[in-house]
Amino acid sequence: MTRTRRRRLLLVSGLFVGLAAAVALALTAFSENLLYFYQPSEIAAGKVPTDTRFRIGGLVEENSVERNNDDLVVRFTLSDCEASVPVRFKGTLPDLFREGQGIVAYGQLEPGGDFVADEVLAKHDENYMSPDVAEAMQNDQGVSCMPTNMQAQR
Amino acid sequence: MAKSAFMRWFHRFGSLPYFYGVSVPIARALAVPGVLLAAWGVFAGLVLAPADYQQGDAFRIIYIHVPSAWLSMFGYTSMAVAGVVALVWRLKLAEIYIVAAAPIGASFTFLALATGSIWGKPMWGTWWVWDARLTSELILLFLYLGVIALHNAIESPRTAARACALLSVVGVINVPIIHYSVEWWNTLHQGPTITRFDRPAMDLDMLWPLLSAALGFTLIFGWLTLWGMRVQLLWRERRSRWVGRMLENSR
Repeated sequence: MTRTRRRRLLLVSGLFVGLAAAVALALTAFSENLLYFYQPSEIAAGKVPTDTRFRIGGLVEENSVERNNDDLVVRFTLSDCEASVPVRFKGTLPDLFREGQGIVAYGQLEPGGDFVADEVLAKHDENYMSPDVAEAMQNDQGVSCMPTNMQAQR
Repeated sequence: MAKSAFMRWFHRFGSLPYFYGVSVPIARALAVPGVLLAAWGVFAGLVLAPADYQQGDAFRIIYIHVPSAWLSMFGYTSMAVAGVVALVWRLKLAEIYIVAAAPIGASFTFLALATGSIWGKPMWGTWWVWDARLTSELILLFLYLGVIALHNAIESPRTAARACALLSVVGVINVPIIHYSVEWWNTLHQGPTITRFDRPAMDLDMLWPLLSAALGFTLIFGWLTLWGMRVQLLWRERRSRWVGRMLENSR
């Protein structure tokens, strides 16, 4: 490699390393704001500002969904195995909403401890299988407590 | 020596008339298996693979979405590699590669965003959210458009190429951010299915068509980029003697 080329290579890699470091620092600094949602255990630990609107993500607890027949209000409990939060929502739920499903709700925490949501999104996990394989797996082992993607952040 | 043989190949391949000649058989060698693999993958994915236990048939959009998303990242990474070669060795072929690959990569990025959005409405319940994965992929689209715009905005082809190479090298920082966004932050987008340490979280009847489609689309990407490079090359060398002679002969 000639000297000019080595100098250019150093210049390019220096620029790249510098910029990568800057981006890494910026992302670390803002990483709280990059979280799309908080988890019930973080709310229980008091890490979440309760006076503003925020998103909460977790699994819909088994046998916790209650529907009203006269209005569209749905109540359910959202849990991440460590803590759970009761949620109230009025509106249309996505197709994937069901007990044991990961969801993300957007709304505000009431003084009583209820989370009042005005938007509920289903969070799909990374598993794809045919219905018969899914059935076989259900018999094999119980449903996991959290989708792996939600377990990662602690 | 192996190194000198490589350098000889490197320089010969860098010769523009030589590249223009061999690009046709290479493009053909990419196009035939590419189209076959992509066609089989998409057909098997849309028709033969079983429906998903939760999403039903809606999951089948994955056979377009995942190959597009993979190529959006692969394309930009390859442009960054070409960018280093263009900046350090001033190889014209690398400059041309960036210009040719950018619109194709941008198209796949758009496809990834569009198919994801169409899937998101029924499955998540929304067309779009500003989570880390979706936002960083949108930034990738803007980076591609930035490379294209830079190339069109600067008159001198060599200066334009250098600017595009620099943006490609710098912008590639976004690629690992896209890939790891689902692990670093809580996102609405699900985690990786295929690139995990343990086995892919997908039935094999569903996985094989997906891998076939991804490989096929990658070969098609190479094929289209090669044709784009031929066009760029003819345009940039239109005043050179070898292009003039070639056009003369083909008349």
